[in-house]
Amino acid sequence: MDLFRLFNRGESSNSKDIAKERLQLLLIHDRANVSPQFLEMIKSEIMDVITDYIEIDEDGFEFKLTRTKRESDNSTIPALVANIPIKKMKENIR
Amino acid sequence: MGEVIVITSGKGGVGKTTTAANIGTGLALEGKSVVLLDADIGLRNLDVVMGLENRIVYDLVDVVEGICRMKQALIKDKRYTNLYLMPAAQTKDKNAVNPEQMLKLTKDLAEEFDYVLVDCPAGIEQGFKNAIAGANRSIVVTTPEVSAVRDADRIVGLLEAHGLRNPQLIINRVKIDMVRRGDMMNIDDMVDILAIDLLGVIPDDEYIVISTNRGEPAISDSKSLAGQAYKNIVKRILGENVPFMNLDPEEGFMAKLAKAFGFRRK
Ligand SMILES: Nc1ncnc2c1ncn2[C@@H]1O[C@H](COP(=O)(O)OP(=O)(O)O)[C@@H](O)[C@H]1O
Ligand SMILES: [Mg+2]
Repeated sequence: MDLFRLFNRGESSNSKDIAKERLQLLLIHDRANVSPQFLEMIKSEIMDVITDYIEIDEDGFEFKLTRTKRESDNSTIPALVANIPIKKMKENIR
Repeated sequence: MGEVIVITSGKGGVGKTTTAANIGTGLALEGKSVVLLDADIGLRNLDVVMGLENRIVYDLVDVVEGICRMKQALIKDKRYTNLYLMPAAQTKDKNAVNPEQMLKLTKDLAEEFDYVLVDCPAGIEQGFKNAIAGANRSIVVTTPEVSAVRDADRIVGLLEAHGLRNPQLIINRVKIDMVRRGDMMNIDDMVDILAIDLLGVIPDDEYIVISTNRGEPAISDSKSLAGQAYKNIVKRILGENVPFMNLDPEEGFMAKLAKAFGFRRK
């Protein structure tokens, strides 16, 4: 599943809609002032923790800064989204 | 004490100097005393846009360095008696002055004038810091393009970090045809993204080039659509509530423009 799609309001081929989508995502990164290196660091730490318990598809592991609507007031806020495909639970843990 | 308004953008070439010249002239037309301060040291332009390039003797850096008195560096406009320009130095660089000196200069100018309009250089370095140092109000100019809006957002953040709350947005070079086709972001899109107050929308207008050729800002010509849009901005700066809907009903253009941009009736 592509989690990005979740936050995109429908598809559009209008170039202005593409511009708007790109800008919104771009500005989330700019405003949060999160470097790709920093995201990569968090991602690998999370991966370390999870792999202690679960066997995951490391290549399929997605970890991104995106945006979402806040329920309370419907405003757009930044969100960290992780998509972690599980291969199997590790036996010895439970 | 007058107001010090800085005109910023981040990205170059989006219309800061054009905007400074037109708003300054417009405020003078409304009877206010105005000084245009060109803070783009090393790349001065405002003198040319105002058609005053042949009258420069002293500049901003000369004033700051004490080479001349403030009044000696003020160039009187060709047509309006209450409009002045203080040019930037052309042969020095941005580091020739610092924010403290700019703060003092704008303060001194605000003692003499109703409005001090500061034309900011592109970028976020020393020149930007100099230009915003003495401002108590700020305008962010952008065009409806991804890179310009991105830079505008950065500038909004920096202005707020420097205590300049509520920067106001001018969207310049809007092409109605492209907006209609869905190939240019509309006003709602951009206000939505940047989340700041809209001060005005300027259409892309050949007349801006013609008026720059002549050295006479478009606002003084009633044929120019951009000039009309700047007139409305001037009124809004003076506190008038000019609706975006009825910018100019006679022209019919503004009504179309408003429709194409999906302005909401307030
Ligand atoms: N609304 C407009 N329509 C057409 N041309 C414009 C408009 N606004 C600005 N321009 C042109 O764009 C160029 C850059 O404008 P300028 O005001 O010098 O930008 P900046 O000061 O931000 O670098 C100039 O050649 C100017 O004539
Ligand atoms: Mg300029």
